[in-house]
Parts: sequence; structure tokens; C-alpha cells
Amino acid sequence: MNLLVGLTSKVKRLSILCLAALMMGCASLPAGVEPSPHDPWESFNRPIFEFNEVLDAYVLKPVVAGYRFVLPEFVREGIYNFFSNYNDIYTALQNMLQGKPDFAFNDLMRVVVNTTFGLGGLIDMATPGGLEKHKEDWGQTFGVWGVPAGPYVVLPFFGPSNVRDTFGTVADLESDYFFKYINPVGLRNSLTGLRVVNSRNTYYEAGDLLDGAAIDKYSFMRDAYIQRRQYQINEGRDDEEPTMPPYQNPYE
Amino acid sequence: MKSFNKFTQCLVTAVLFISGGVFAQIPDQATAPDALIKMVVTDVMASVKADPDIQKGNIPKIVELVEKKIVPYTDMRRTTEMAMGPNWKKATPEQQSQLVMEFKNLLIRTYSGALSQLRDQTVQFKSLRAAPDDKEVVVKTVVLGRGDPVPLDYRLEKTDKGWKVYDMNIMGVWLVEAYRNQFSNQISQNGIEGLVKFLQDRNKQLATAKPAN
Repeated sequence: MNLLVGLTSKVKRLSILCLAALMMGCASLPAGVEPSPHDPWESFNRPIFEFNEVLDAYVLKPVVAGYRFVLPEFVREGIYNFFSNYNDIYTALQNMLQGKPDFAFNDLMRVVVNTTFGLGGLIDMATPGGLEKHKEDWGQTFGVWGVPAGPYVVLPFFGPSNVRDTFGTVADLESDYFFKYINPVGLRNSLTGLRVVNSRNTYYEAGDLLDGAAIDKYSFMRDAYIQRRQYQINEGRDDEEPTMPPYQNPYE
Repeated sequence: MKSFNKFTQCLVTAVLFISGGVFAQIPDQATAPDALIKMVVTDVMASVKADPDIQKGNIPKIVELVEKKIVPYTDMRRTTEMAMGPNWKKATPEQQSQLVMEFKNLLIRTYSGALSQLRDQTVQFKSLRAAPDDKEVVVKTVVLGRGDPVPLDYRLEKTDKGWKVYDMNIMGVWLVEAYRNQFSNQISQNGIEGLVKFLQDRNKQLATAKPAN
């Protein structure tokens, strides 16, 4: 019951945020952009995307730059490993829910090894030991269960998503029990901040590369997101086909 | 006795030849696709790790490395053609070769930037799942170390000059697919000439940009 109430309040909060972002940018597509069948809400998504870009450029990225300047690499690595180890608990649960017990067992062993030998998760001993890292979330689990992705959505703050993964993100936040019950609130907030900075830090350099490689960053990110989620959902399945997009090449 | 001598001579030459081939690890037309990827990747990673200039982000030097060690095993014309889709036929032969060149340079720049960030990563090569007479295969690898593992797959086609890479999948995203809409949007806004110019400008801008690290 508690979970349900929390969930609805979070959905409410999210939808208010979406609305606010919608009103900020008046919806229109750049001339000549062909609508994508996966993205019927592009005219709403683009302003939110721009909002996220500005937020990233003026707030998050400078903070991460400072983080990289202040902390030596091995400390950042330890922080990364700590959160990664924590997430592995959830990945194990998600893999159980997705009917992949072998993956779940692997993930659980990772947590055991890294929490003990890896000093509470600060060092990743499991990967060199041959226990592969996986990453699963509710959105992927819903996908494995057959829930269709729905139209592409850009969430304020959270970035690229779709209808299914929006519910997935809400469920991820909601089932984040260890973090939710950390007391006092000050510690919890600092840890959440560190977590956000850490996850932005993992693609600090890659983000710059993407800026250089993109012709239109919005559609680049969208098309990449759609492909990547499909890839992640198919991952580790027995019937997994090499995910080949159908190439129609009429020039040969 | 004489024939025995000749036999040993042949044997020694053969052994030298084979071991030479093994140690130099230069792929040729007969190299299997997974072996080809393994040789090229291993070679490039060793070169990057052995060169402090590259690790400091000396982009011209990395570009040179990529041109020499990777580009010969790719088919950039096919890559560009695929990314262009139906617009490819609307381009003049001159525009086509311009597009291939500029797109190639853009990808080389991006790839070089990624290479300069290589430190202690290792690459895991997955076993190839393909039939012997396949003309197209996907070779799967995973880059481990520093952050989340990065799946990196290569799509190759068999040509009369051996296997050539024409598409790459980074973390679940096929390159050609990711550029297709971007290309067609740019073309419907500014025409094929506009896309050529956009790529030229971007490459010039990237060439003058300061190294990231």
C-alpha cells in the first residue's frame, strides 16, 4: 500500500515536471526534419531535450569537472565500484524476474565477492575473477515480459526514455529501498548527489566524443537509445539473434 | 641423403614461414573474420599502450595509427552507402566520393578520441557463431575495465579482398542505423550538398579543436 501511494505521488511529480518542461519550449520541429515512427511526440520531446542539454552544460558537467579535478582517479574508481556493487543486488533480482537464474547467480556471486574481498564494494574483484558484470532495470524486465516500448519520451533530468521505461524508472526509484531508508536525510541526499555525479562521470569523455560525432544530437541520441534498449532486452536470451537491423540495400 | 637434406630444408623453410606468419599476425585475404578482428584489435591496443604520445591525446598520431592499422580492413564506401539509404543514388559520383571521405574522417576522429582514452582495458573476444559459407558475419567483443563493460561488435562482409568491416555496434547501437536519420534529415533540410558541407565543416572544426585530455 505504502509502495502504491509512493508510486502515484512520484508519477504525479514526474508528470508535473513534464508539463512544466512542455510549457517552457513551444513545440515545433526544425524545418525539414522527417518525423520518426518511434517518436510521435518529437515536438514535445525536443524542448525537454534542450532543457536537459542546458542543465548538463551549465550545472552537471561543471560539477563533474570539479569532481575529477579534486579526487584522484583511484578514489573515483572506488566510488564507481561501490555504487556498481550496490546496483548488482538489483541486477540479480531483475535477472531472477527475467527468468535468467544463471545470470542472477553470477550477479549474486559478484556482490558476495566484492562486498567481502572487495572491501565493501570499493574494489571490483569479481570482473577479473571471471564474473561478468550485467546491468538490468525494471524497464528491461518489463521489456522481457513483453511490454511494448511505446513512443519515445525525453524525461526532464532523466533524459531519453519511452513510455515503458518511464514506468521502469519510477519503479527503479521506488524499489531503491536501501537508499530510501538511509537516515539522516542529509547523508541520504549527499549520497544521492554523489551517485548522480558518479554516473555522469562514467561518460564524461564519451559525451564529448558524442558531441563531435553527432550531426543532430537529438535524433542521434533517440535512435541510439531505441536500439540500445532493444539490445539490452534481447541480451542473454537463448533465442538471441545477432541484432541485425534489416538492411534493404537496393544498390547492389 | 640428398633428398633427406632437401626435405629438412623445406621443413625449416615451412616452419619459419608459418611462425613468421604467427608472430607478425598480419591478416590476409584468407583470414577468418573473428581472427581478423582479434589480430587488428590486439595490434592496435598494443600500439596505443606502448605510445605515451597517444595516451596524452596526440590526435594526429592516433589518426595515423588508425589509417594504417584499421582502415585497410574496412569498407567505408559500403558504410556510407548504407547510412545514406535511398539518398545514395541521388548523389553524383563526385558527391559520393566526397561523402565517403568526409564520413570516414569523422568516424576516424571519433574512434581516435576513444582510442586515446584506452588505458588498462582488456578485450574479450566471443566465439563466432556463423556458418562456414556465410558472406556476412557479426564478430562480438566486450571491452572490460574502467566502468561498465562495453559491448563492441563488428559486422563484416566477405569480399574478394578478404573480410571487411562495414558497421560497428557500440553498446547496442549500430553505427549505420544511428546515422541514417541524421543523414536524411540533413539532406531534406539542405540537400546532399548541404550534408557534404556540414561534414566538411565539422571535420575542420574537430581538426583544430584542442585535445580532450
